[in-house]
Amino acid sequence: MTAPVLEVEDLRVRLRTPRGPADVVNGLSYRVGAGETVAVVGESGSGKSVSVLALLGLLPAGIATVTGRALLQGEDLLTMAPERLRQVRGPGAGMVFQDPMTSLNPVLTIGRQIVEGIRAHGDVDKAAARRRAAELLGEVGLPDPVGALDRYPHELSGGMRQRVVIAIALSNSPALLVADEATTALDVTVQAQIIDLVEKLQAERGTGVVWITHDLGVVAGIADRVLVMYGGRCVEDGTVDDVLENPVHPYTRGLLGALPDLARPAVGGVVPDLATVPGVPPAPTDLPAGCVFWPRCPVRGDARCETEQPPLAVIGSADVRLPHRAATWCTDRTSGTESPAGGFR
Amino acid sequence: MVVLAGVSVIVFALVHLVPGDPVRLALGTRFSQETYDALRERSGLDQPLVQQFVSWLGSALTGDLGVSFRSGDTVASLIGERLPATITLAFASILVALAIAVPLGTISALRPRSLVDRVATVFSQFGISVPEFWMSIVLILVFAGTLGWLPSGGYVPLTEDPAGWLQRLILPAVVTGVVSGSVITRFVRSSVLEALGADHVRTAQAKGLSSRQVFTGHVLRNALLPLVTVTGVQLAYLLSGVVVVEIVFSWPGLGQLALQSVQARDYPVLQGAILLFAVVFLVINLVVDLLYTAIDPRIRR
Repeated sequence: MTAPVLEVEDLRVRLRTPRGPADVVNGLSYRVGAGETVAVVGESGSGKSVSVLALLGLLPAGIATVTGRALLQGEDLLTMAPERLRQVRGPGAGMVFQDPMTSLNPVLTIGRQIVEGIRAHGDVDKAAARRRAAELLGEVGLPDPVGALDRYPHELSGGMRQRVVIAIALSNSPALLVADEATTALDVTVQAQIIDLVEKLQAERGTGVVWITHDLGVVAGIADRVLVMYGGRCVEDGTVDDVLENPVHPYTRGLLGALPDLARPAVGGVVPDLATVPGVPPAPTDLPAGCVFWPRCPVRGDARCETEQPPLAVIGSADVRLPHRAATWCTDRTSGTESPAGGFR
Repeated sequence: MVVLAGVSVIVFALVHLVPGDPVRLALGTRFSQETYDALRERSGLDQPLVQQFVSWLGSALTGDLGVSFRSGDTVASLIGERLPATITLAFASILVALAIAVPLGTISALRPRSLVDRVATVFSQFGISVPEFWMSIVLILVFAGTLGWLPSGGYVPLTEDPAGWLQRLILPAVVTGVVSGSVITRFVRSSVLEALGADHVRTAQAKGLSSRQVFTGHVLRNALLPLVTVTGVQLAYLLSGVVVVEIVFSWPGLGQLALQSVQARDYPVLQGAILLFAVVFLVINLVVDLLYTAIDPRIRR
């Protein structure tokens, strides 16, 4: 196995809030190999976005304290000098943001916004950078790429804008692509096109991808590995097959159980209610002492769940390249009892 | 144009609603009924109001704003005399205001809760709440009195005495500039803060632009719209005359002219001045709108 593109170790993010310090990310560790896609899933407020923004130093300074290690091609992003970090943003790691409607500057042309990214990382003259920008727009499937250079974001649809954001992220052929809910705001057909595009570029360039989403259908389609986040912790990770087919953590089971099942027809004309995970994620200012999922857990048991934090332990064989791990006390009790709702693969 | 027509009706009505008789005021305390009637007739004040309005509007449309009851000069020439002083003070004040507000507001937005931010807050509180006349008098006492560096007031045209022009301009421009500047500082601070928090700023950072590039290319330009608006409003206000400062510094501007014509019930001058203020506001709004389209492509069609 080649050296990983990204290696995150014990990443912790603490935010200063009016209600006291909030521990938004609590000891997250994962690695992304070249050409590999790691999906980070979890509901809103689980710390997914913050964890990747922290990697690239994009959290507001003075409010966030980030600790741990995040090696991008061997270099620690978290201790990097500001100028080196600037150089790495772009060629080292490109980022696609969640909302295409707001992630482009409304008063600058598309061309200018791509060109400035290219020119920030190399002595490229304007004309050459413009040609490269048009090429990129063509690659991401924008019709009339040359004409689009002189257009403003508001003249493009959401899907087209997201392609532009992706083109910007790819403009310096990054070793790592971080996509934060990149397709959440888009409709399904556009979403599928964008995923195809990223997979194609990944195959061509060997880019490592961190794909943040709460859409398990997307995970099944794009990811090699899955990391389930809850309360700022990784509660389960492993290969897509392990995690989606044989989830161990009650939270992962809950998430999978909450998927609508199109294969199961309505009984007597009545569409069964969607299963839900009752409650809301814990406030990061006030995390439970034991298992983070304990307050909402449908199968919670003894006092250990409430008071002692379960470690991320290997489930099944530890000898495989990517072991399946989960942080829960109830592996013995529930393993193999019930298979989750299918229909997403 | 519709706005102007409306303004002219309102101006006319308001001016004539003010109690007091201009003829009586012009004649003083001892006069005969014949003189009174003669002057009243000559000024057209014996006519019904509607007819007065129609004839005033008719001549105003041809550029003739009438003749002052008090001095007998044409309104146009009275306003024309005051215009250079007012324009000078207004633009000097806006320059002072922007020179203070843009750096102060920007730095305090970039470094919230820093020393500069606190200074900016105190400054804008001070500028908004301290009365202009008090500030003017203190400045005169210090700079014209104790230090003797600057004259205490008056106005000379730039063409006659450039040095004297500048010396006399500084103090009144600082007073009105500080007042406008404290309003603008708050706008700059909040609009820069808002622009900084925009999602696209993060995109720009993620591209690997330097902080200077991010700031000039992505923050400043987006913070410009509110700045243009508030600057336009402030400029229009300054161009309509700043009565208190003009009086303290004996600055012969439009504010003083308007005040004097109110006191004398000099209807034609007052109407002319107010009409001019309305035109100034309209023109500035037009310029602000044009600047909008230049800055923000979303407004272009």
